[in-house]
Order: sequence, then C-alpha cells, then structure tokens
Amino acid sequence: MLLAFDTATPAVTVALHDGERVVASSTTVDAMRHGELLAPAIQAVLDETWVPRQDVTAIAVGVGPGPFTGLRVGLVTARTLAAVLDIPVYGVCTLDVLAAQAVDQGTVDGPFLVATDARRKEVYWASYDEEGRRLDGPHVSRPGDVATDGPVVGRGALLYPDAFPRAVAPEHPDARWLAQVVTDERAELLDPEPLYLRRPDAATPGKPKKVS
Amino acid sequence: MRSSWARHNDRVTPPTEQPLVLGIETSCDETGVGIVRGHTLLADAVASSVDEHARFGGVVPEVASRAHLEAMVPTIERACETAGIGMHDVDAVAVTSGPGLAGALLVGVAAAKALAIGLGKPLYGVNHLAAHVAVDQLEHGPLPEPCIAMLVSGGHSSLLRVSDVTTDVVPMGQTIDDAAGEAFDKVARLLGLPFPGGPHIDREARSGSSVAIDFPRGLTSRRDLERHRFDFSFSGLKTAVARWVEAREASGEPVPVADVAASFQEAVCDVLTRKAIDAAAADGIQDILIGGGVAANSRLRGMAEERAAARGIRVRVPRPGLCTDNGAMVAALGSELVSRGRQPSMLDLPADSSMPVTLVTA
Repeated sequence: MLLAFDTATPAVTVALHDGERVVASSTTVDAMRHGELLAPAIQAVLDETWVPRQDVTAIAVGVGPGPFTGLRVGLVTARTLAAVLDIPVYGVCTLDVLAAQAVDQGTVDGPFLVATDARRKEVYWASYDEEGRRLDGPHVSRPGDVATDGPVVGRGALLYPDAFPRAVAPEHPDARWLAQVVTDERAELLDPEPLYLRRPDAATPGKPKKVS
Repeated sequence: MRSSWARHNDRVTPPTEQPLVLGIETSCDETGVGIVRGHTLLADAVASSVDEHARFGGVVPEVASRAHLEAMVPTIERACETAGIGMHDVDAVAVTSGPGLAGALLVGVAAAKALAIGLGKPLYGVNHLAAHVAVDQLEHGPLPEPCIAMLVSGGHSSLLRVSDVTTDVVPMGQTIDDAAGEAFDKVARLLGLPFPGGPHIDREARSGSSVAIDFPRGLTSRRDLERHRFDFSFSGLKTAVARWVEAREASGEPVPVADVAASFQEAVCDVLTRKAIDAAAADGIQDILIGGGVAANSRLRGMAEERAAARGIRVRVPRPGLCTDNGAMVAALGSELVSRGRQPSMLDLPADSSMPVTLVTA
C-alpha cells in the first residue's frame, strides 16, 4: 500500500494506492494552509479505505521545486511518517508528476514545458518530450526568459499568458498520478530532499549604524 | 465492520499517571526533541543551527527552517535512543505551535502530526512560553502554583502570573520594544563580540565593574511606572550604550569592553529582578520562576536570588541547558496536560507565530 502526497504547489494532494489502483484520494487547493490541511487529509484517506496505518508499505512525496514553506510540510511529514512506520520514502520531482498527468490525459501530443508558480515573478519549469521524459530542468527563471508558443502545463502558464500563450491542463499536480507513476516504475526516484533551487535570502550585516 | 477497521487508526487515550511524552520544539533556531516520563527527564536532544546564523548577526528564518527539516528525524531518533525507548512506546506527542518564526514552527508541527498519525497517539500543540515555565518541574519537582514566571530570551521578555500552567497563564507585563536577549546581542555586536551575545557579555562582565557607567533603567521612573509597572524597555539602554561607546571612540580612547559589558548587564538585571519581585509582592505570591535563554546569565541568577531572599520570596531557575529552547520543555508541558486530563489538539492544528500567552494549548 503506497501513500503519496505533494505540497509543492497551492494543491495539497494525497492518494493511497493498493498496487493496482488508487483506492482513495483528496485534493484541496489553498496556497496558505498546507500545514493545516495535509495531516487531516492523510488521516482521511486511511480512514476512508479502512486501511490501518501499519499496512502502508511505502511513501512517495513530491520534492518540488515549490514555495519553501509548503514544500517542507510535505517532506517533513513524509520523512517522519516513514521513520515511525519503518518504511521507505521516495521523492519525485513535482514537475514530472504534472508531465505524466498531461501525457496520460492527452492534453499534449508533442514536446512541452511544465511551469509552476515560483512567486517573485518567476516560474519553476522543466521541458519534456512527448512521452513525458524530462529533457531539461528543473530551473527557476523569469517567464520572459523561457517564453514559448508551445504547450505549457501547470499554473505558471495561466499566470503568465504573455510568455506562455498555450496553457494546457492540468493546472496542479494530483497525488493519484504521483502514486501511479511510482507504482508503474515510470518515475525517476529521488531522495526525499527538497528542490529549493534558490538560496535563502540573507545578507551579512555591515557595521552598526551610528546613533549620535 | 467499519468500526472494527477504523479502530486501527483511532488515537489511544494516554495514561494520566507518568505518561511517556515526546516533545518537539522548532520555534527558532534549535531543533529540540525531548522525552519525559511524568516529571522525569529521559532525553533532551537538540540540534542547533546557530553557527549558520552567526555571520548574519541574527537568526535568518529560512536558514533555520531548512535546518529544522534536515535535523528533525535524526533528532527524534537520537532522543529515543538516549531515552532507551522505541518510538511506539510514546503515549503522547507535544509540539510548540507558537509563538515563534512561522516557517520554523511549521516544520515541527508537521513532524508532530506525522508522529501522532504514525503512532496512533494524541497530539498536543502547546505554547512556547508556558513550556518555558513547565520545564522547571523536571528539575525542581511540581510547579509552585500560583507563581510569577519571568521569561527572558532573544524573542521574549514577559512577566506572567501562572495559576495553572495548563489553563491559567495571565500576562502581567512584557517588553514594549526589544527583548532582553536582543539587547544582549546588539550590545555584543557594538563591542565586537560574537553572536549570540549573551554568553560573551556574561564572560566579559566578570572582569569589569558593574558601577563603572550608569546606564539608564528603562520604564522605572515614577511616571513610567504608572502605565508600565510590569513592562520592560531595552531599546533606550541599547542606544545609550551605543552613544557611550561612540563618544569613547570619537575621543580616541580605548573602549573598556569589560566595564561596558558589566554595566550594561547590571542595568538589564536590575530592571528585570526589580519588576519580577514587585509583581510577586503585588499579588502576594511567594515564588518566582525564571526561564528563557537570558536566565542562563550568571548575574541575573545571582541578583534574583539575593533580592528575592531579602523579601522572603523563593526563586527557581532551571539549569542553563533547560532555560534555552529545547524539546524537554515541550514534553514537560505535554506531560502536565496529559496528567491533568486536558483535551488534545486536532490534526488541523495551525502553527501560530503570534500565539497569545493566555492560550496554553491550541
């Protein structure tokens, strides 16, 4: 039984997969409440399917890139839950999940970009071939620097139509696909380490200001 | 059918006698995981990111949050190993849910929820300040209630009346500008001493004269006492120290670092102890409890004990390792909440960066 979740975008998305199919899932879009939404959603998918937590045999977690605070909620939850249950935890690039969704849902039929909101007028992005294999990325850039007329999956395209005029579905990742690509061994598995792509904002101080 | 299955995931009610509680603290730059059984401390594992902040002269929230994520699981495992328990032995999980740095708090809160789900045990989101009070029971036994608690750290300077540490904590006064520990950091920087400033000022002060310079005592004039009897102000003191040091430098004379440190420290400790004792006397309370990082200051401990004894008031200060932020204090408060039968938190518990002190649990 695989428990999968992602908190790297405004969506808090959770799914439970029994090896053959997704048996329960939950997705809520709220960019400000990842910390409040994730744990109840995990508890809900377990309760809904009557699965005792001891039956979960692995965890898959989206490792971003994504806004840091929400991203960490997913990662610390995955690592801690895996430690308690003594099961493995696999990381998957969140943009790869969006790419798999787009290919499976048939919204793309050639090479494409995935772009999500990186805030500060930038996007997290990666490029993919028609089968959803990542060719380049993930990176963080200004939309204008990676503008394209080709299809662009993810919220980044909706936020910056000038740079990305051909927005295609889906807008947010869905943990059902995260669970499916891990089960199908279609995903590149990573360590559960966050893809921050940016350094913390911090400047070393100068001399103290004069007061007299 | 449904009920027999669902029971697998129900959280087990903890025993009220000698509960085994794991506490998580991530409100600032220390990743703390403590384990207590009743009032007995079994483990207090702390991973600090302070070295990563030193060159910035203060705690950088994003640096702290990243460090919490990396340290969380190893610190939980280290605490369990030290305590000689398995994670599954834990009866309840407690976590600081506020006040503190929002992003930092969130890492601890999310980890605590994952533990609660994974163990099937209740979750208690607790107030950081009340935890600083509760920690003393690990060293000196049951808390004296009511007592006056003075919490002094880099982020807080508060006087509280504690009638029941699990339900009844009332603020009497707090700083109106800088926290006491913040003043120590800023003055240390003026004197060219490293961050965090507290231990360095304390050490320098030992070879200096506390009466060399008469620095101001904030909010102690008759007029100020009318409105701010139990409040503190350290911003003016910090500016006075800066002015004094600049005047010295301008005249080409060397700055007597030890004397400045000792006189500054004296001014801070003088106001803190005076107001704490006044608060106790005003309410006829016999016990003062001091906590927070500044409580590790040797002059503050000495002066408080001396002055309180003269008024027939008892002072309790936990050992320095329990005064600074740690997980044991969170576990200690959690243990008290369990023992007194308080309600656990829900899984949608938010991290509340400005959690009011009157809210002991969330």
